Amino acid sequence: MSNKSINTVHSTAVPLNVENVDTDQIIPARFLKATSRDGFGENLFRDWRYNTDGSPKKDFVLNNPAWAGRILVAAKNFGCGSSREHAAWAIKDAGFDVVISSFFADIFKNNALNNFLLPVTVSEDFLKDIFTAIEKDPSTVITVDLPQQTITLEPTGRKEKFDINNYKKTCLLNGYDDIDYLLSIRNEIESFESNFCPSDNEPVVRSGSH
Amino acid sequence: MAKTLFEKIWDSHVVKTIEGGPSVLYIDKHFIHEVTSPQAFKGLEKRGMEVFRPRQIVATADHNVPTIDQHLPIKDELSRLQVQQLIANCARYGVELYGLGHPYQGIVHVIGPELGITQPGMTIVCGDSHTSTHGAFGAIAFGIGTSEVEMVMATQCLLQSKPKLMRINVEGQLGKGVVSKDIILYIIGMTTASGATGYFVEYAGSAIRNLSMEARMTICNMSIEMGARGGMIAPDQTTFAYIKGREFAPKGAEWDKKVAQWSELYSDPDARFDIEINIDAADIEPMVTYGTNPGMGIGITGHIPALTEISEKEKPGFLKSLAYMGLQAGAPIKGRKVDYVFIGSCTNSRIEDLRMVASFVKGRHKSKDTEVWIVPGSKQVEKQAIEEGLDKVFEEAGFHLRQPGCSACLGMNEDKIPAGKYCISTSNRNFEGRQGPNARTLLASPLTAALAAITGEVADVREYL
Ligand code: SF4
Repeated sequence: MSNKSINTVHSTAVPLNVENVDTDQIIPARFLKATSRDGFGENLFRDWRYNTDGSPKKDFVLNNPAWAGRILVAAKNFGCGSSREHAAWAIKDAGFDVVISSFFADIFKNNALNNFLLPVTVSEDFLKDIFTAIEKDPSTVITVDLPQQTITLEPTGRKEKFDINNYKKTCLLNGYDDIDYLLSIRNEIESFESNFCPSDNEPVVRSGSH
Repeated sequence: MAKTLFEKIWDSHVVKTIEGGPSVLYIDKHFIHEVTSPQAFKGLEKRGMEVFRPRQIVATADHNVPTIDQHLPIKDELSRLQVQQLIANCARYGVELYGLGHPYQGIVHVIGPELGITQPGMTIVCGDSHTSTHGAFGAIAFGIGTSEVEMVMATQCLLQSKPKLMRINVEGQLGKGVVSKDIILYIIGMTTASGATGYFVEYAGSAIRNLSMEARMTICNMSIEMGARGGMIAPDQTTFAYIKGREFAPKGAEWDKKVAQWSELYSDPDARFDIEINIDAADIEPMVTYGTNPGMGIGITGHIPALTEISEKEKPGFLKSLAYMGLQAGAPIKGRKVDYVFIGSCTNSRIEDLRMVASFVKGRHKSKDTEVWIVPGSKQVEKQAIEEGLDKVFEEAGFHLRQPGCSACLGMNEDKIPAGKYCISTSNRNFEGRQGPNARTLLASPLTAALAAITGEVADVREYL
């Protein structure tokens, strides 16, 4: 997960045309026993990608050498379910920098952004175009331009603007994370605490009886 | 200006708002567990930092613990290491841990409320999507990722954009045999698995008011299953009565002061919601899911949608889901044989759930073809169940009362449903492989699950009451 900061991604893409992909599919719970952030890419989409005996499933897109690239294209409501950030780590670890969909689940979107994995939301109609293009021709190139906030399907030139809040954009472009920012305002946090009704904020005291 | 319940709590916790960006939200309580915290602690260590407010964090081990022989060392090596890591991290950073063997150990969303840590008006987070459970007390509670866990450890704050607000009003009387799990499965069926994405939900209306705290928690718990950031219910006398006297609840004069503050936490009559949904409680039947997301639920007397009822666009997902489940479009759900019954998880493993199951199965015996696991939500629930003699009732019915943890809700420990088998489960997710590779999950209420244990199939509890 060394890739901190994102600017323009110009790449072929992998199509995963399934709706409501939940994070249990992205990375099943039994692979969450690790205590580091690394190596989750191996088990990305584990049960769709491998048979129970460990052999790859031929018809799953990640096992098809025709499709490759730094962009994953997914159908609506990608990343729903569990909050496990391991899902974002697994996608990033497998070499993706961008996920395109028409709709992302909230927590996944935050997790992705916190890991310099850019979630790009496009219209349903554009998504359909993208799937058609890359499913037909795996060499199709897509350009995601973060500074301009545009995504372009190169062969047809169709282009769309995408949303991202300014703060997050700055973070991604410069490789800052939220913790850097929050640490920089620690004085303000402490002064908030001292003005905050203190009874709202009691510590969990040790009861000492056990 | 008129404010919603959400806005009252949110506004009082905003440290500052970044121009054109998110707000810095102050977090009162932070729960952590063994699966989503190790990388956050590692992050702190890398930065050479201490936990900013360790006394606002409570830790437990729940996701990855065995539910039998908890006094023995954990057999699975990776699981054991993960739990040991939590112990070491909590000791190193001064965080209170209710680990295995502790009388307070249990599923994080069960222990917070039962210890009185969860209180109205708070902001509460945890690296777990079902943190929404705590919203039942009139708190802003939501799940976060591990980077955010690290943020809260480092600064007690999070960067958050204010969500849109939805209110769901459930009015009227629930029918017999219909419980809170049915209400929420009905709501998710209506809104779909993504219908509330971007929203924070407030549940209101007379049917919600009449629910116990346990039942309210079941509802708020599953808010995330329709994509919502969280769900909440305004605190009232039921809430205060539940909290009073609990371990970490305010005491004496402090209690009175708190209750006065908490009593201000409701949505003002003219407060504005982005969406309001109205539901008549009488329309809700006992519910069961047939598919692979919690939005795919139907009334017990209903049938799985026929192909003609599904739009072209949804067909591939629908067919994939039915193929996984081994079910037919258009078929009834009633009468479907089940192999396993799982009663547990942060949705339905509280004492009230166990009592409900026990009172239903008393004097009955499980079907010879079903395997029944009852997994209490916490050590305290387990203890109380034994004190009340519920364990005897379960034993006589042929059920196994196990030890507390997440268990077959996510199949991270050895409690997995075998491939191809049907499990009627009181948990919250029926995703592919959630309860074990190729396991098939039917979500239902504790009552419907208990009945299935007896009959060996999906049946209508109303015919047995
Ligand atoms: S019981 Fe299930 S849903 Fe609840 S916290 Fe544990 S794994 Fe998550």
